[in-house]
Amino acid sequence: MFKFLFDSDTWQEIYGGIRKNKTRTIITIIGVLWGIFLLVVLLGAARGMENNFKNLFGDFATNSVFMWAQRTDKPFKGFQEGRRIRLTTKDIEVLKSEFKDIKYLAPRSQTSTNIINGFKTGEFSISGDYPVLDKVQKKDLIYGRFINENDITNKSKVIVIEETAYKQLFEKNEFPIGQYVIADNINYKVVGVYKRGNIGIDGDAAYIPFTTFQQIYNRGNYIDWMMVTGDTGVDIKQLESDIKLTLKNLHKVDPEDNRAFGSFNLAVQINKVTGFLTGMQFLTWFVGIATLIAGVFAIGNILLITVKERTKEIGIRRALGATPIEIRQQVVLESVFLTTVAGMLGIVFGGLILFLIDTTLGSGPDPTLLNPTVNIPIILFAFFILVVLGTLIGLIPAYMATLVKPIEALREE
Amino acid sequence: MIKIEGLHKSYPIGKDSLHVLKGLDLHIKEGEFVSIMGSSGSGKSTLLNIVGLLDTHDEGNYFLNGQLIQNLNEKKAAVLRNKFLGFVFQSFNLISYKTALENVALPLYYKGMGRKERLKIAQEYLEKVELGPWANHLPNELSGGQKQRVAIARALVTNPKVILADEPTGALDSKTTDSVMDLLKGINDEGMTVFVITHEEDVAEQTNRIVRLKDGVIISDEYTKAGKLKTVK
Repeated sequence: MFKFLFDSDTWQEIYGGIRKNKTRTIITIIGVLWGIFLLVVLLGAARGMENNFKNLFGDFATNSVFMWAQRTDKPFKGFQEGRRIRLTTKDIEVLKSEFKDIKYLAPRSQTSTNIINGFKTGEFSISGDYPVLDKVQKKDLIYGRFINENDITNKSKVIVIEETAYKQLFEKNEFPIGQYVIADNINYKVVGVYKRGNIGIDGDAAYIPFTTFQQIYNRGNYIDWMMVTGDTGVDIKQLESDIKLTLKNLHKVDPEDNRAFGSFNLAVQINKVTGFLTGMQFLTWFVGIATLIAGVFAIGNILLITVKERTKEIGIRRALGATPIEIRQQVVLESVFLTTVAGMLGIVFGGLILFLIDTTLGSGPDPTLLNPTVNIPIILFAFFILVVLGTLIGLIPAYMATLVKPIEALREE
Repeated sequence: MIKIEGLHKSYPIGKDSLHVLKGLDLHIKEGEFVSIMGSSGSGKSTLLNIVGLLDTHDEGNYFLNGQLIQNLNEKKAAVLRNKFLGFVFQSFNLISYKTALENVALPLYYKGMGRKERLKIAQEYLEKVELGPWANHLPNELSGGQKQRVAIARALVTNPKVILADEPTGALDSKTTDSVMDLLKGINDEGMTVFVITHEEDVAEQTNRIVRLKDGVIISDEYTKAGKLKTVK
């Protein structure tokens, strides 16, 4: 049945038909080309935005929630309202044992102080941390290492500083590792220098071991706040409220108390943006496919017009012995051929534009769109849809072409 | 070759219908050179369309090459047209974006013949109508007479049983008319049945038999001088 597809004569006929109707051919091709071009470019741009966004959060465990303690707003069990609550390391231990789906739990204490190196000095926030922080927010180390377990156990006086602090406190290209800086009259050995990521929740903080911090700043068991990261797939919002309830229980706070524990759910915030991106992608598909369909309809429309224009030619062909099926095949094949060629051109042009976008907007330290690409399967799918639509839409003029009796087609004007 | 018995045809016009052919009887034998004469509206084009399987009749019998034509669908009609009939039209009806050679080869394409073979045959037929050197010209590069000769070559190329010519000289001047008629005569001499529709008396005179139609009935059917000579021969 599909023998005619591989017949060079069939294509010769189609080539003849297409070459004859140059204007039609060009207009149709532009119609479909524009549709698939838009689809490719929009999808690529949406992907670029998404990539950029992912890159922004790339070094951060996004399934995280930050929590801290405030004052109660309800009296409970004999305590008056307005009681100040403080999180402790004991809370951390309880949470760690209670909640199995917590991936990382990082207690944190912070202050701000002057760091001095010889004559150079600068004010920086200083943070007491566990090595796990490196897991929650990957530290991009330029020199040395991050805090490790040994530092925690030995309460070592070591410090990891940010690039800005390094530039401020050291000579250019000076090797910082092993050197000593002074903060609040304590000498710290520099063990690492890190580069701040796109999202720095600690700003340009310097890190010292948590145990060291607690001792030096006399914090005892009290911590400022904590970062909780859920296992992959864990409903972080649920985890957040469960943890809060446990904390309320531990600190004898009314379960209905909404002020005692504050939190910032990173995952929820990110989901908002991701939702926006998903919406963008949906919009892209919608616009792209709608344009594509419009393009295909344009093909159908123009084919219909040209079929009317070519009534006479079709009449001649039929007088010469062309069967209706042969005529239909030719019209449908013309439609499919036009959509296919237009589709391919559209994909190629779309790809070129994405390439241009990539080289102009996509490079540099802070790209607007990162790697604007489109998946090959998606393109193949769109292409397939296009060819199917082209066939279907070609059937209408093909049917019209054979509806006219050859005698009417040949009637003298 | 062509046998028509009690042929009726009417066209619906609004609520009424126009009775165009009112019971025609006509028998054309193989190798005849017949012309149908009549003024416009006499039904001669309708007759040609029915004979050419481009239209269907309402009543009566039509035998083409001994085969009763009835209940033809478009596909069968197309095959029969391709096999038995060659058309020559007043306005040539060449496909404008195909060369003379490709135009002539087109019926062979629908016959399912390979490209090389059909172009070779088409070239032979073009030579036959003395247009060999014009093979690769487009129709608009040819004169009216040349176009009609290309059309005749196209009608002949499938080696049909009957050539149906609808006012073949209607768009030509008298000189080219003669050359086209000579060509048709030559074809007829080779044994081909030729069926010409015309309203020009001197064109009809050159055929062997004239059938006159008026208001859908045959008013006369007689042999011309040439025709008498030929039958005597």
